[in-house]
Amino acid sequence: MQNILEVNHLKKNFATQKAVDDVSFTIEEGSIFGMLGPNGAGKTTLLRMITGIFFPDEGEIIFNGRKFDPVNDIINIGYMPEERGLYKKMKIGEQALYLARLKGLDKQEAMRRIKYWFEKMEMQTWWNKKVQDLSKGMQQKLQFVTTVLHEPRLIILDEPFSGLDPVNASLIKDEIYGLAKNGSTIIFSTHRMGEVEEICDHIVLISQGTKILDDSVKKTKQDFKENLFEVGFEKRPELIQNNQVFEVAGIKGEHIILKIHEGYKPHDVLQYLLAQSHEIISFNEMLPSLNDIFIKLVEGTPLARKFQPVENAL
Amino acid sequence: MNKIWLIIEREYLTRVKKKSFLLTTILVPIVIAAFYAIMIAVSISGETNAQKIAILDKAELFEGNIEKDKKDKSSYTFIENETEQSFKAKYKQEGYTLFLYIPPVNDTAREQIKVHSQASVSLFVKSALEKKINAAIERKRLLAANIDPDIYKTIKADVEIENTIDSGKGQETKSNAMASLIISFAGGVLIYMILLIYGTMVMRGVMEEKTNRIAEVIVSSAKPFQLMMGKIVGIGAVGLTQFAIWIVLMGTLQLFVPLIFPQLFEQVSNPMLQESIPHAGSSKLGLFLQSISSLPIGLILFCFIFYFVGGYLLYASLFAAVGSVVSEDQQEAQQLVFPIMMPLILGFVIMTKAINDPDSSIAVFGSIFPLTSPVVMMGRVTYGVPWWQLGLSMLLLVLSFLFFTWLTAKIYRTGILLYGKKVSWKEMWKWVVRKS
Repeated sequence: MQNILEVNHLKKNFATQKAVDDVSFTIEEGSIFGMLGPNGAGKTTLLRMITGIFFPDEGEIIFNGRKFDPVNDIINIGYMPEERGLYKKMKIGEQALYLARLKGLDKQEAMRRIKYWFEKMEMQTWWNKKVQDLSKGMQQKLQFVTTVLHEPRLIILDEPFSGLDPVNASLIKDEIYGLAKNGSTIIFSTHRMGEVEEICDHIVLISQGTKILDDSVKKTKQDFKENLFEVGFEKRPELIQNNQVFEVAGIKGEHIILKIHEGYKPHDVLQYLLAQSHEIISFNEMLPSLNDIFIKLVEGTPLARKFQPVENAL
Repeated sequence: MNKIWLIIEREYLTRVKKKSFLLTTILVPIVIAAFYAIMIAVSISGETNAQKIAILDKAELFEGNIEKDKKDKSSYTFIENETEQSFKAKYKQEGYTLFLYIPPVNDTAREQIKVHSQASVSLFVKSALEKKINAAIERKRLLAANIDPDIYKTIKADVEIENTIDSGKGQETKSNAMASLIISFAGGVLIYMILLIYGTMVMRGVMEEKTNRIAEVIVSSAKPFQLMMGKIVGIGAVGLTQFAIWIVLMGTLQLFVPLIFPQLFEQVSNPMLQESIPHAGSSKLGLFLQSISSLPIGLILFCFIFYFVGGYLLYASLFAAVGSVVSEDQQEAQQLVFPIMMPLILGFVIMTKAINDPDSSIAVFGSIFPLTSPVVMMGRVTYGVPWWQLGLSMLLLVLSFLFFTWLTAKIYRTGILLYGKKVSWKEMWKWVVRKS
């Protein structure tokens, strides 16, 4: 698969601090790419360089196999910034039309696509309303539509689900899948790990302007697994002692969480438990959530203080 | 290019379609016209307000006969065989509105002359009566000194100086200082207000885009420069539209004035009549209108449009830069606007001097220095400005507009995407000198 975007050794300094410090990654065409990082890590600056709003101080961006040329390539990019930007007093229909035409669509084509998307997102009745009359979630939907209207090859979504109710969130989620299926590439920037885990194929983790992780979601989870297993019993045995095969890491209702010792396999655990004739009803490997990995990686940096420790299974 | 048109179109249409635009555009000329009409109505009604005046002339000032011009609709009746006290009680019953009592003393005891009325006498009526009494006293004194009043009239001087400008082209232009003064001042004030009103409109537009984070969306489709210029040009077009509508509306309303006040129309439009009554008050207006037409209207209009457009573009780019730098904080905006307001206010001050002394060195400097020239030059142009000064002033305005647009575009493109941080002058300077 061809890479739609390659970012090589990108650097950007602001007056006093390094915003982005030597970040490189590649994005495959048609994939959903997650860009994670705590607040202030440099995600937005990175995205602004990819959208041509900022020029990098050093490094290069290769878009679609050629050096990124903001003036011409911008048509192929749809960018939805974190802070929503819409004219509050402008009618919704006119606003969508204006933004679409700025992206280079002619009037008829823009109209056709707006009608299509408005219908799809159940927004037909909004045409003559003003943005200030919409709720935050409704504005979000409008912003999403205006971002994807010109069918860009690369769609960049910065926190697309903030302020959306579950119904609308899943509506947009479905659209994201649909767009990826039709060949668009999606960069999905967030600090909510749950969303990433569900949607993305590949992630990079940015912290303090540098990349600290770059891998597929599956592989990341494997890499950070701690050999934890959850065993469900019909009736939890009172006494399960630590032994040479595993140790008990926690108890949760009728379930026990085990940590397998180095050199043993899940198979050995089952054998051990079955030998004691306990009635097992479930046996699952516990992969760490991205949330855990995120906190583990970011912890110790001053930025991590902004985050509340999140409850985990233990 | 296509994008900048789209941006201009949006900036223009959203503003023109607003109800407030329609309201101000239509209301302002109506208010001005109404004001105008009231002024005229008041001045005319003073003359038509007919009084029925009883005069008890004990001093024999008028000798039973009073001079009336044809505008004076009041009637004057001399009464005899009454005293002040006896007639005071009954003048109202006999149908008089005023009762003028002149006591039987010598003509120096002026303060004893009294006018009785039910309500307080208007200043206009009072001064008309005083004028009549003064004339009568003067006449009496002239006669006492053995001077023929008719001879005296021919001796009295009433000079008005007429100024002719010898432009050296064998053509003499008549100048009316009053007309020049008014047109100059109006032009200067108008330009000053336009720069201020539309400049701040641009600034608020930029601030709106910044605080609503629209800039980020637009800038990912169009260049910041296109966004800035689109906004400036769009709002400028709104201003021009507003002025065009005002001029048309005022013109039509002016056509109605003669229909409502036919007397005024007669005097103004008939120069023959003006010649015949050279000292009548309202003919001054006619003279004024005549002298306006003697001014170089074409040049003034051209200058007005040129300095409007040039000055607007110059100041709007400065206002846009300020709008891009400030965050939501209104106070911060005021602080940063101050350096822009200074030359504008300075220009206004120089302009008020220039209309009285158009060729003083400060006025010449002010009308050439590009930050003050739009306002000051409008104050000078009616008096006739040497061509080289006008040309230099215009050239400098265009050059500085180009320079400031280049300069502010650099501040704008960085400022518009920068949030929550106070920007120092030093930083702004860095943005300017930085490449690309």
